[in-house]
Amino acid sequence: MERKILLGNEAIARGAYEADCRVATSYPGTPSTEILETIGRDYLNIKAQWSPNEKVAMEVAAGASVAGARTLVAMKHVGLNVAADPLFTFSYTGVNAGFVIINADDPNAWSSQNEQDNRHYARAAKLPMIEPSSPAEAKEFTKIAFDISEQFDRPVLVRITTRIAHSQGIVELHDKKNVPLREFERNPKKYVMIPAHARPRHVFIEEQMKKLQEYSSQSNLNALEWGGTKRGIITNGVAYQYVKEVCPNDSVLKIGFIWPMPDALIRQFAEAVEELYVVEELDPFIENHVRSLGFNPVGKEVIPIVSELNPEIVDKALNQRLIESAPPYSGSIPPRPPALCKGCPHGYVFEVLGKLDLVVNGDIGCYTLAVLPPYNAMHTQGCMGASVGMHHGFELARGSEMMRKSVAVIGDSTFIHSGITPLIDIVYNRGTGTVIILDNRVTAMTGHQDNPATGKTLRNEDTHELDLALLAKAIGVRRVVTVDPKNVDEFEKVVREEIAAEEPSVIISKRKCILIK
Amino acid sequence: MMNVIFAGVGGQGVILASKILMEVAMGAGYDVKESEVHGMAQRGGSVDCNVRFGEKIYSPLIEKGTTDFLVVFELLEAMRKLEFLKPDGCLIVNRVRVDPAPVQAGLATYPDDIEEWITENIGNHLIVDTGPVLKELKSQKALNIVMLGILSSYLEFDEKQWKDAIPRTVKKKFVEMNLNAFSMGRELSRQLRTK
Repeated sequence: MERKILLGNEAIARGAYEADCRVATSYPGTPSTEILETIGRDYLNIKAQWSPNEKVAMEVAAGASVAGARTLVAMKHVGLNVAADPLFTFSYTGVNAGFVIINADDPNAWSSQNEQDNRHYARAAKLPMIEPSSPAEAKEFTKIAFDISEQFDRPVLVRITTRIAHSQGIVELHDKKNVPLREFERNPKKYVMIPAHARPRHVFIEEQMKKLQEYSSQSNLNALEWGGTKRGIITNGVAYQYVKEVCPNDSVLKIGFIWPMPDALIRQFAEAVEELYVVEELDPFIENHVRSLGFNPVGKEVIPIVSELNPEIVDKALNQRLIESAPPYSGSIPPRPPALCKGCPHGYVFEVLGKLDLVVNGDIGCYTLAVLPPYNAMHTQGCMGASVGMHHGFELARGSEMMRKSVAVIGDSTFIHSGITPLIDIVYNRGTGTVIILDNRVTAMTGHQDNPATGKTLRNEDTHELDLALLAKAIGVRRVVTVDPKNVDEFEKVVREEIAAEEPSVIISKRKCILIK
Repeated sequence: MMNVIFAGVGGQGVILASKILMEVAMGAGYDVKESEVHGMAQRGGSVDCNVRFGEKIYSPLIEKGTTDFLVVFELLEAMRKLEFLKPDGCLIVNRVRVDPAPVQAGLATYPDDIEEWITENIGNHLIVDTGPVLKELKSQKALNIVMLGILSSYLEFDEKQWKDAIPRTVKKKFVEMNLNAFSMGRELSRQLRTK
């Protein structure tokens, strides 16, 4: 049997391949991006694509599953917010062929705007969720997720975190299974969610979740590892590895079946140990459930609710260990925050915006770094596409004179993801703001993926290149200017003119990312 | 069990160095785990990779105070990572200074006593000047493999195991250059350590 060192995300891609997944969709987002990159590069039998955003990726995936193909969709935690609308109703319609949703949480917000704990989505959307604790498990769990999905007619969430996605380990490779395409049968009662169909489907999914509740306790995705009976620790995901590392003699219940939780197993474990602990990252999701079963574990009072865990946090909390290290440096160590690359096209843009002292409604991408010195030129930012909508909100709150001293900035890929509808909003509702699209010809921050405006697909095939200027015009923006920001004087002149105009305008700041050859 | 941290500045190639060490360790029959950083943090920020190998490895992250080898590609980054080093662990650091943005902007100062401090406070250390080697290789990008060559002189694996792993890990057109970089790093370490 071949053994290979794989990144957690590469292992997930391999698991999809071995399960005979046929369709895979995604929108890039750290820490999930390499899943589709790997499928795109290594598993050519899988139809793979970047979608314009996670909602579309989810819907395309749902379509492929209903049409009979095993399908995977991958996204980061905040991507699932974008895809939450289809998520909640595809829970009702269920699947035809296996439908697996990979969700990558980012404790410590390494490359994200928040640290939300997406285990709550499983409970809220009534979907099974499983969670691997290593790259090797990431592959196996992904494979098994397809089977669970088909057995229980549920899309299955596989939750990973950054330390699973971006850690490497040894993975055993197996051959690809052969799973034929399933027939598509017209079944509106299952696939068309008018209220009359949704109500009985709700009954059905409650029944399925009950069955999954039983199944969860029997699943070998959980592991009960007996040590001493003095202390028992319930844990999940990468936290399991930290627990095994620093508490080798304690009993451990690793929860791989996150939702529905394995109640019978938890009871068996909790009753057998003298002291019960729960070690989990972010919210007390397992802890609160264990409490609801009538136990009283030690959890968040010693394990932090914020950021990610690591071995020393767990060691200090559970063993009161004092860390002994090499001596600390006596001088002061200046921080090294991430920064825009030397020669980055965004740099020219923010120099001008800073010089003009504009209020800048920002968005998600490398250019968000303009909030930091030396630019200090971004004043709001929240989620993909928010710059454009918030910019219009500024006008509603403070009048059109506010638009004469402010702009929205948004990257090409982010604009396509979620900036188009708020631009329609500005035009429709008689706004007068200026939107600068930072078109660096690539989805840069996640590692240079193609998008609809680059004219290339995930597999580097030629495709139609979305014309952003034409799109803005079609929306009804009459003032659309394309300018190279490296011509700083010209760029400044254009910004001055466009913010002065009492009507909506779009400036396409077009210059390719300095890291593209 | 062996714990190694590669650290540096985004773009210095710490991930590739880790990958080669992992390949060598797996080839020698060890369990291996690693943890790395992607995304926004990579953009000119501090980056590090944790590599662990041994009979059975659980955590992909190294616990503070348990690192056997801290291999750092830039002086300041070495100071940032010291709490991970075992009290008697080995610090290998490249004599190069890359100013962080706050220093470039004049908002902070880059300490000028780092080498002196290391010499006085870290018993087990090696400060290397990779400049001449990189000049000879005509590639600044080879820094990671030169540093790996230096590390290799401390570890149990023989030269052949390393030289077998490199072609499996780097792009074809860079294999020869990287094999040279590795040998030169190993030789540099030998010279410095026998002084």
